[in-house]
Amino acid sequence: MGDNGVAGAESIPQSKVVVYCGVCSLPPEYCEFGGTTKKCEEWLKKHHPSLHGELYSEAAIEANLSTLSLDAQKRAEKDAQKKAAKAATAEAKEVEKKAAAKVYIKRVERNKRKYVTAVAGLEEHGLELKKVAKDLGKKFATGSSVTKMAAGGEEITVQGDLTEGLLEYIVKTYKGVPEDNIECIDESKKKKAAAAAAAIAATEAGLQGR
Amino acid sequence: MFKKEIPPGTKSKVKSSVQRGIRSKAIETYPLLEPYMDEIMPKKEQLDMIKLPDRVTLYALSASPVVPLFWQHMDDPLIPHLRLVHRFPDCFHRIRIDRGAIRFVLSGAALMTPGATSPGGRLPEADGNGEEDYRYGTEELAPGTVVVVEAEGKENACMVGQLKVGTKEMKATKKGAAVEAGHYLGDGLWNLHLD
Ligand SMILES: [Zn+2]
Repeated sequence: MGDNGVAGAESIPQSKVVVYCGVCSLPPEYCEFGGTTKKCEEWLKKHHPSLHGELYSEAAIEANLSTLSLDAQKRAEKDAQKKAAKAATAEAKEVEKKAAAKVYIKRVERNKRKYVTAVAGLEEHGLELKKVAKDLGKKFATGSSVTKMAAGGEEITVQGDLTEGLLEYIVKTYKGVPEDNIECIDESKKKKAAAAAAAIAATEAGLQGR
Repeated sequence: MFKKEIPPGTKSKVKSSVQRGIRSKAIETYPLLEPYMDEIMPKKEQLDMIKLPDRVTLYALSASPVVPLFWQHMDDPLIPHLRLVHRFPDCFHRIRIDRGAIRFVLSGAALMTPGATSPGGRLPEADGNGEEDYRYGTEELAPGTVVVVEAEGKENACMVGQLKVGTKEMKATKKGAAVEAGHYLGDGLWNLHLD
C-alpha cells in the first residue's frame, strides 16, 4: 500500500463510529435532504445535543446556503417542500389507517358451553401480540396464546368467555386503542344471523323472479 | 442499482473457504483495508450471503445487528456498503461532489461529471489542488475504479460505485454521467432490513 495515490495512508483512523439519525437513518448531516427534516432535528437535539449544535448552528446553515447560487437555492427549497409534503401525506395516511383499524373481540363456541375468546387486530395499533397474550393470561388467570388465523395474520386466543372483561381491560390498559374501534362479535349468533339474512335474501330473490 | 425498495432476500451461510476467498478479494481490491480485515471480518464470525434482485449478492456479518460489508453485481468487483465506508473512510479511492449535486444523487440519479468538476467538487490532482492533506489522491483513476463519493461540506460519504469514465476524461469533457448504478444513502440497499 501507499503507492496507490490515496493520501493519508500512513495515519488511517480506527473503525469510526458514525451517528445515524433515528428518524430517517442517514448521517444527520444529510437529514436536510429528506422529507422529515423537522422531526430529524428534534430527534438529534434530544439524543445528540452537541452534534445538533454543530449542524444546526446559524453559521452552519449560512455556510450551506452560501455555496449555492440563488437559483439553485430556490430549486432546492422547492424540492425540499415537495419532499416534506410527500412525507406529511404518508404520515397522515398512516395515522388515518391506525384510526380506522378495527379490533375484534369474538366469542367462539368450542364445545357445548365451552368458549374461547379471540382478539384480532391489536397489531395494527402497534401492540406486540405475544406480549399482550401473556398479559391477558396473567390478568385473567387462564390460557392465552397467539394463534394463526385461517385468513392469514395472527390473533390472540384466550380460554373462556371473556368478551366483557377483555373489552374493559383493553380499553383501560392499551390507551392507543380507541374504544370506538373495538367491536364485539358473538360467533354463534353471527352464524345464525348470517343464515337468517341469507334466507331472507333467497326469498326476496324468489319473489323478484316471479 | 438500488433505486427500488428491496424485499428481504434469502440468507445463506458462506462456507469458510469461500469466506477466505472474499477476504482476500476484498484486500486485493482495497489494499488499505488489510490492517483492519480482522476487525471487519473476524475469522471466527459467520459470514452470510444475501441474494438481492438483479443478480446482486450482499455479504454481511451474521451478528446482532447484522453488519453489511460488501455487495457484488455478478462478477463485478466487491463494493463496500456505505456503512462500511463510513467506518473506514480513508481506505478507498474517493472523489467529492458539490453541494448542489447532493440532492440529485440522493434521489437516485447518476452522478454527473459537472458535480465533481465544479469548484465545490474534488477529483484526484497531481498537485493536491494546493490543499494540505488533500484527501482525493494524486493519481488519475481509470474507468471501472470503485470510488467513494463524498460531498461538499459533509463529513460522510453519500455514494459508492464504479467510475464510468476515468477522472482524466471527466476533467477534459466536464460532462456526462460519471457514476451510474451506484449505492447511495437512503436507497434500497441502505434501507434493507437485515435482521
Ligand atoms: Zn434524519
